[in-house]
Amino acid sequence: MSSSSDGATTGSAAVIPKAPGRLARFFDGDVWHSFCNSPMAILAAVIAFICVFCSLFAPWVAPHNPFDLASLELIDARLPPAWIEGGKSKYLLGTDDQGRDLLSALMYGARISLFVGLASVFVSLVVGVSLGLLSGFAGGKVDAFIMRVCDVMLSFPSLLVALLIDGLGKAMFPNAPDALAYAVLIVAISLSGWVQYARTVRGSTLVERNKEYVQAARVIGVKPSRIMVRHVLPNVLGPVLVLATIQVAFAIIAEATLSFLGLGVPPTSPSLGTLIRVGNDFLFSGEWWITIWPGAMLVLIALSVNLLGDWLRDALNPRLR
Amino acid sequence: MLAFILRRMGQAILVMLTVAFVAFMIFQYVGDPVTNLLGQDATPEQRIQLRKDLGLDEPFPVQFARFIGNAVQGEFGLSLRQGRKVSTLIAERLPATMELAMTAGVLALVVGIPLGVYAALKRGSFLSQALMTFSLLGVSLPSCLFGILLILIFAVTFKILPSFGRGDVVAIGSWTTGYLTVDGWKHLVLPAITLSLANMALVLRLVRSEMLEVLRTDYIKFARARGLNIRAVHFGHALKNTLVPVMTIMGLQLGQLIAFAIITETVFQWPGMGLLFIQAVQFADIPVMAAYLLLVSGIFVSINLLVDMLYLVVDPRLHVDGKAGAH
Repeated sequence: MSSSSDGATTGSAAVIPKAPGRLARFFDGDVWHSFCNSPMAILAAVIAFICVFCSLFAPWVAPHNPFDLASLELIDARLPPAWIEGGKSKYLLGTDDQGRDLLSALMYGARISLFVGLASVFVSLVVGVSLGLLSGFAGGKVDAFIMRVCDVMLSFPSLLVALLIDGLGKAMFPNAPDALAYAVLIVAISLSGWVQYARTVRGSTLVERNKEYVQAARVIGVKPSRIMVRHVLPNVLGPVLVLATIQVAFAIIAEATLSFLGLGVPPTSPSLGTLIRVGNDFLFSGEWWITIWPGAMLVLIALSVNLLGDWLRDALNPRLR
Repeated sequence: MLAFILRRMGQAILVMLTVAFVAFMIFQYVGDPVTNLLGQDATPEQRIQLRKDLGLDEPFPVQFARFIGNAVQGEFGLSLRQGRKVSTLIAERLPATMELAMTAGVLALVVGIPLGVYAALKRGSFLSQALMTFSLLGVSLPSCLFGILLILIFAVTFKILPSFGRGDVVAIGSWTTGYLTVDGWKHLVLPAITLSLANMALVLRLVRSEMLEVLRTDYIKFARARGLNIRAVHFGHALKNTLVPVMTIMGLQLGQLIAFAIITETVFQWPGMGLLFIQAVQFADIPVMAAYLLLVSGIFVSINLLVDMLYLVVDPRLHVDGKAGAH
């Protein structure tokens, strides 16, 4: 019996071509097609990839280790980039006030910026999507409560929320270890971002909830929690993806802003924002490179991520096709 | 309609109470006010006496009620760092921030709306694509960096504009204004541009996308089919309907401008509330933080409320079904 059914399946597989795998379907799909036809998106992806690669593998790619105090020489402090009079070829983009190689500091700094940015987007995504799904699916009092909280959050400038939490964290734990400082920073940034996910997901969930496939699942007795996670969730993730991409840029900028204001990451591990702040003090003595390079790196990352987000929104929007 | 107004007012009061609660909690529990006022080596008797004087031994609801009562009268006690009254400190700084935010807001609208309309009408042309890319750059450029760039170009390299402070101001009653002196305007240029850039980009993108949506609708097609002047269709019909959502967003953005002024004020050492707040955060000067928080959220909430009311005036559809929130 079993052998004959096996034979039947292999037989039918020989006639009907095998359904393509997820990856193959992706490369055949609209999104990939639109990506290939958008030079802007390709350029942005390449830039973003290079930035992520350099920061991820900073210890191996960077020419110097900016944290290795033994290799720092104060004589080399504030050297201009290599192609300007007085620069050394050893330091391609020049050095900062402590004689750190700026190119290496950039890579390590971008690493911290990216880490904080991605982590806070992840936190706000998880919180926002779960609350939005719950809100849209449960309805009633739960929904009303979550939406009121969202209203309160929205009626508050997000920068202020982040500043406040970070400031309070600093006031409550003045001598916090670095890990805690990072955690406070990530919470501060993500707390101002989750509302958007919650509202987006709630809106789509309300639409999906009344569709036939959800009702069918209900009728055959699937548990509500399972319907929510297995059936509704995958169908509301499209807009979330777009939002998350744009929020990465926002979070990186928010981190840089907080660090610039002196409230971000601990000064022992300078992020891009900290580097900009340090460089700001040397602006008037004509040493522009200390602040311009980290700034340029930051803009490059944020711009490429934003471009990707822009493209993705158009690619996923069926009305614009 | 009345129900709508009442509901929005209720919401606004709820928000303010929440913020007041947060501010109160910060006030009471972050950093001990008694230690702050008396120093580390006060005797226990002194401490108890001060606790009594400050009313810290009373039950929680009483303290909260008193906090709100004081806050409504603008009374927040003394700044821990400067030892002056918080209300005076903020009153001194308020005009600078308001003038900066207003100028930046107007600038964003005056530049952003025409560019957005252009980008929508000439969709696909080279210039409008360039505009869109630039607007993305405007969103991606952190305002601290943009300010630094402007200083580098106009103050350090060309030395044509000042890079810090407010310049000469004229006092009108308790309000100081920089609008009336040439020097004041010169000092205002760079900070205002810095603060408005992100908003300008936002307005541009918003106007463009709303305009594109509106241009697709049937009544525009119909107006065109009737042979109306194309200018009349674009500016009389399409733009008018585009501006309703723009109004909402700008209302929200004015609050954001006041908050984001913190960054601009730090870069340009602009003597506004934002600079005061950031210094307060760095020194854990809780009374100033709490007062700023309440003030800014008060402004923010009132603007939101005002925008909602304006909606009723502008959008006639809301008169009919009376159910606004469901947009």
